[in-house]
Parts: sequence; structure tokens; C-alpha cells
Amino acid sequence: MIPTDHVIALSAILFTIGLVGVMTRRNLIVMLMSVELMLNAVNLAFVGFNRLWPQGPSGSGEASLDGQIFVLTVIAVAAAEVAVGLGIVISMFRNRDSVNIEDVSLLRW
Amino acid sequence: MTEYESLRWIPLLPLLAALIHGVMLGVFQRRMPRWGVIALSCGSVLLAFLVSVAGFFRLVGLPGGESLVDSVYTWIGTGIGDTRLTVEVAFRLDALSSVMTLVVSGVGLLIHVYSIGYMDDDHREDRGFQRFFCYLNLFTFAMLVLVLADNLVLMFLGWEGVGLCSYLLIGFWYSDRYNAYCGSKAFIVNRIGDFGFLIGIFLLFAGFAQAGVPASLAFADLQANLDALLSVTLPAPFWGEEWRLVEVVGICFFVGACGKSAQLPLYVWLPDAMAGPTPVSALIHAATMVTAGVYMVCRLAFLYAEAPVASALVAWTGGITALFAASIAIAQTDIKKVLAYSTVSQLGYMFVAAGCGGYTGAVFHLVTHAFFKALLFLGAGSVILAMHHEQDIEKMGGLGRRIHKTKAVFLIGVFAISGFPPFSGFFSKDEILLTAWASHVPGSTWLYAIGLVTALLTAFYMWRLHFLVFWGECRAPASLRDQITEPSNVVLFPLYGLAVLALLGGVMGIPQVYGDWVGVESSHSLNNFLSGVFPAADPHVVSHALEYALAGAAVLAAGLGLGLSYFLYVRQPDLPGKLAARARGLHQLLVEKYYVDELYDAVLVRPLVWISDRVLFRGVDAGLIDGLAVNGSARGVRGVAETGLKYLQSGLAQGYVVMMVVGAAAIVAYLVGN
Repeated sequence: MIPTDHVIALSAILFTIGLVGVMTRRNLIVMLMSVELMLNAVNLAFVGFNRLWPQGPSGSGEASLDGQIFVLTVIAVAAAEVAVGLGIVISMFRNRDSVNIEDVSLLRW
Repeated sequence: MTEYESLRWIPLLPLLAALIHGVMLGVFQRRMPRWGVIALSCGSVLLAFLVSVAGFFRLVGLPGGESLVDSVYTWIGTGIGDTRLTVEVAFRLDALSSVMTLVVSGVGLLIHVYSIGYMDDDHREDRGFQRFFCYLNLFTFAMLVLVLADNLVLMFLGWEGVGLCSYLLIGFWYSDRYNAYCGSKAFIVNRIGDFGFLIGIFLLFAGFAQAGVPASLAFADLQANLDALLSVTLPAPFWGEEWRLVEVVGICFFVGACGKSAQLPLYVWLPDAMAGPTPVSALIHAATMVTAGVYMVCRLAFLYAEAPVASALVAWTGGITALFAASIAIAQTDIKKVLAYSTVSQLGYMFVAAGCGGYTGAVFHLVTHAFFKALLFLGAGSVILAMHHEQDIEKMGGLGRRIHKTKAVFLIGVFAISGFPPFSGFFSKDEILLTAWASHVPGSTWLYAIGLVTALLTAFYMWRLHFLVFWGECRAPASLRDQITEPSNVVLFPLYGLAVLALLGGVMGIPQVYGDWVGVESSHSLNNFLSGVFPAADPHVVSHALEYALAGAAVLAAGLGLGLSYFLYVRQPDLPGKLAARARGLHQLLVEKYYVDELYDAVLVRPLVWISDRVLFRGVDAGLIDGLAVNGSARGVRGVAETGLKYLQSGLAQGYVVMMVVGAAAIVAYLVGN
């Protein structure tokens, strides 16, 4: 069985990659992908911890699927987010002929 | 205590009429036909008067000291334990409030009728016939609440109500700035007095809480629980060790009475209140509202009987005011101003009686004064109508030939106020002087002397007024002279009614010495009627001979005033002018009313206005609140944002991401660190 440490390490690596991607890349699509990467890193951590504490944090002794249910919720939210995000990307491309984030900086001082 | 459900209708009927008028005028902006206004206003007051009469007869049928009560609903119920406070809207008709109710609704009715004729001839632009009757009915309601109130809080409601109506009616012709100013002056000076009244109520409440007695501000409970209050003291703020609470409360209430009843030092509003229409001066500023202070002191007689210092203050304030105002009245030339100062002076008489423990005498003079002063004011109104709104007695003279009916009723009023027997004023004034003579108030002999001198001055200025208006040659301009005619009957009939009352009003209080002549036992029927309400005073042990002597002295003083006046204004009409020229300083002092208004202006009004303008308005409001707090904070925020904060919003999404990451990292670090 894969130790939980490894799962968490992988999750942390994936999260960092996603974070750096969001912070450094100018391409909006790549930024969206990086966000997805971060979400999935968190999902991985959720399932990892759920396996480590199958009784859940309450310690009542009953079997708990909290972590996995969270993952399903996050997947649903991520799908919605991608739908909206891609919609914004398309709209932006139509108006600006570009998906570079630096081309949309009108809302400022 | 007997239930009497009809009692609530006495104040409610005039209120209903006032509401109908108000809704018609205010909401529908429509005027009622003239007959409708008259029927509604006079009808409501007439009905209130009839209910009062019915209540009076119910009351007479009850054993002495009993009262009729009508509890409408609980107005205020608050607090717990010792500070539980319940205030009922409840009306109570006992002997004292019955007398007051009859005077207010009875004299009020006559003046309502008179107003029909007087306001018809409204020479000003604003023909607010219905508005006038709306205010007048509202006033009648408030005054009836005041006298019928079962507790201090409800009484205060009526007290404020009459003040408001007084303000509205003084400034009735508001398009004239001066009238509006006079209304404001009356209102503000009254507010100063009301402050004392309020403090008195608070102190009573606190005193009961301290004594551990369930606090109730109903008069019956106050009287029953007064013993508990007597031992309560307050730490003295100025001198002495401790002050007795009853004394302090008595003085506080008297401050309220000073404002409403125009006593020194708060009398200044009443002469200016003459700016209102004459029926208003008669009803509010002579017969009813200004006697509210006297009524309150009598209502709280049980409290004042235990407060000798407060009582002495009442008596001496009254005495000094009586003399002070009478001396001003002898030099005034406006017919209504003379009567106004006369009213202040007569109110002083009532306070002398109340302060000396002669509450019956105070109420007696209150009633007779309501009769003859209303008569005099309405008579003056009749003169003013005849003179086409000329009020200066220097421009009158010789009116007796043209308006002899007015002259005849006015003469009865003059006789009554100067205290000639058998007119009503003789008996009431005599009783007050006797009370002052026999009382235990410090310096009561001097008080009596002041009363006697005031009686002389009263006779003098009233006869002066009479001679200057009705005798001699007419000094009116020729154009006006031929137009002087008697006013209509609707004006004259109330005058006849009041003349009869002023003539015969003394019957209700004939002293026993005269009663013995015709073999009537206990001839002072007012005293018998009121004996259940007032605490038993020390019996005035006065011999019959002394009583005759005092009455003789009073009549002599009145006769002297009449003779002096006759000599100066009929025999030697040039002499007053010469005398005034000889004693210019004194004359000027009297004409200018001792410069009290100027004094108040310099000492109180101007500094207050200066502080309000320079310190409070420009300093605190414009400077601190507007400048520093409102504009200053806005400017500060803008300054900070402009110089640095705005650059945080760069428009670059990646910058925001970095900020989010840093922020989230900081939060995580904080949580983990803890």
C-alpha cells in the first residue's frame, strides 16, 4: 500500500506546480489549467486523508466518507468553474483577439 | 371613589371637534360652511359643559371628600419592583376639579360664542375662521385634561397641550412677524417652567423608590403615601446639611407654576401674549390657562402643607409679583397690556393665598377672576372692535356715549376687580387679604400690606382705564370718530352672561360674618364644597371686629384708588402729564416695564445667542462635527487612498494572485503558529 506521506507529497508538488503556473503564466487558458491542477492536488489530499482516518475526524467510530464526498463536490464545482472560465476566455478572445492576461487591465486606478 | 363613565367625554368632545376641523383643513384642504364650524365648536363645548354640570350634581350627591373616577386605559406600564411605574389615562372629578371644569367649560363656552362675532370681523388677510376654532377646541381639550387628570403625568400632558395651543393662538396672525415672535417667546418661557415641573415629577418618583413605597403618580396615591416621603432627604448641593425632598419637590413644581401662571421671574411672556386675538387673551391668558399654576399648587395642597419653605416661597413670589405687575399697569397705554399686567398681578394674589395655606381663597379668587377678567377682556375686545382695532387708550375717550352697553358691562368688571362690595372680587380679595394677615408665613404682615397696596393700585389703574376709554372727550382721529358703533349682539350676549357672573359670583364664598346677618349657617358654600379636598389648615382665629376692619381697609384702599384716579383723569386731566414730566425717571421706568425685557435680553438672550452662534454653531457644529468629523474623515480617507493605497489596484490579475497567495500564506502561518 502506498504510504500516506507519498500521497501528500505528490499533492503538495502538484499544488505548487499549479500555483507557480497561475502566478507566472500570462496565457489565460494555461492559468485555468493550473487552477485545475491545484484543485486536483487538493482532491488527492482529501482522498489520502480519508484513507488515513476512515472513521473521520469526529472519532465516533462510524465509517466516514467525508473526504471522498468533498472530492465529488470539488469536481462538480471545478466543472462549473471551467465552463464559466472558458466562456470568459472565448468572450475575451472575440473582443481582444488575444488570451493574454496583460491585455485586460482596464479596471485600475 | 365612584366610577363615572361619562367623565371621559368632557375632554373628548372638544378633541373630536378639533380633530374634525383639523382633518378638514389639513387633509382635505376644504373649509366647512360657517354654520357648521359654529355648530361643531360651540356645540362640543356646550355638551362638555353639560356633562360637567351633570358630574357636578353627581358629586354633590356623594358624601364629602368622595370623587368620581373614570379610568380609560393604562397608558404607561413599565419597570419592575420598587421602580414599577403605571400611568393610567384616568379622569378624576373631585370638588376642586369640578370647580375648574365648570369654569373652563362654562367661561370657555361664552368665549366660543363671543369669538363667532369677533373673528367675523377679522381685518387681516388670513381669514382662518375654522383654523381659529380648531385651535380653540384643542385648547379646551388640553385644559380639561389638565384639570381632570388623575395623575401628574396626564396632567403634564394637558399642561404641555395648553402651552402648545397658547403658542398657536398667540401667533394666530402669523403673517405678522411680531406675532410669531410673541408666540415663540411664550412657548420658550413656558418651557423653562415646564422643566421645573418635570424635575418635580422625577424627584417624586425617585423619592418613592428610595422610601420603598410603590411609586404611583396618581394624586390619591401621592396623598396616601406622603408620610413615607416626608423623611426622605437629598444631599444639599449649595448650603445646609440636607434638604427635605418635599420642599425641593414643592419648589420644582412652583417653578412650573411660575412659568404657566406668569409669576416673577417668568412673567415676561404674558404681556406679549396679547398679540393674539382678544378672545384668546380672555380665554387662555386671563381665565383658564394662566390659572393652571394656581390649580396645580392647590391640587398638590397636601404636599405644600408639609413644605413650609416652599409655601413661603409661593406666597412671597406671589406678593412681589402682584405689586410689581400692578405698578407697571398704571403706566401702560395699550388697553390689553393694562389688562395683561392686571392678570399677572391678580395671579400673584392667588399665589399669596395658596402660599399662606388658604387654598380655598386661591380657588375662590381664581373663579371670580375668571369671571371678571374674561368680562374685562371681552369688553376690551368689544371696544377694540368698535375702534376698528385701535388699542391705544390715548386715542380713545368719550366712548361711553357711543357704546354704552359695552361701557355698562365693562363698569361691572371694573367694580368687581377693584373689590367694591357686593361685587365678586370684593369677597375673594378680602378672603386672600385675611388669609395673608392671619397666616404663619414669615413676614405675613408685610405680605398683607403688599396686598393692600396692590388693591389700591389695582383700583387706580382699572379706573384710569375706564375713565380714559369711556369718559371725557373723544381723542380718536375724526375719520374714525363717526364709525364707532356698538358691536353685534353675538359679541354682547356673552358679555352680559359674564357680567352677571362677575356681579354675583361672590355669592359662593360669603364669609360667615356676613352670613350671620341673615342667619345663614356656613354661608361660605365654596369652602364647604372644597373642604374634603384641602388639608385642614390652622383655623384662622380672627375676631369679627378684625374681619370687619380688614374688609373696611380693603374697601378704603379701593375707594382711594378710585378717588385718586377720578381726580387725576377726570378732574385734572392735565395733571398726569405734568406728574409724568416731573418724575420722568420713574415714569419712564414704569412705561418701559422696569426694563425687565431688556435685562433678560442682555443677561440671558444675547449671551445664549452668542454662545449658540459662535461656540455651538460655528465652533462645535460647523467646526468639529462638520469640519473635523464628517469632512475631516472623508478628506483623510481620500488623502491616504490618493497617495498610496490606490496603486494596489493595478489591473494586473497576476498581481492580485500574488496578494491572495501572500494573504492566504499569512493566515495559514498565523493559524499554524497558534
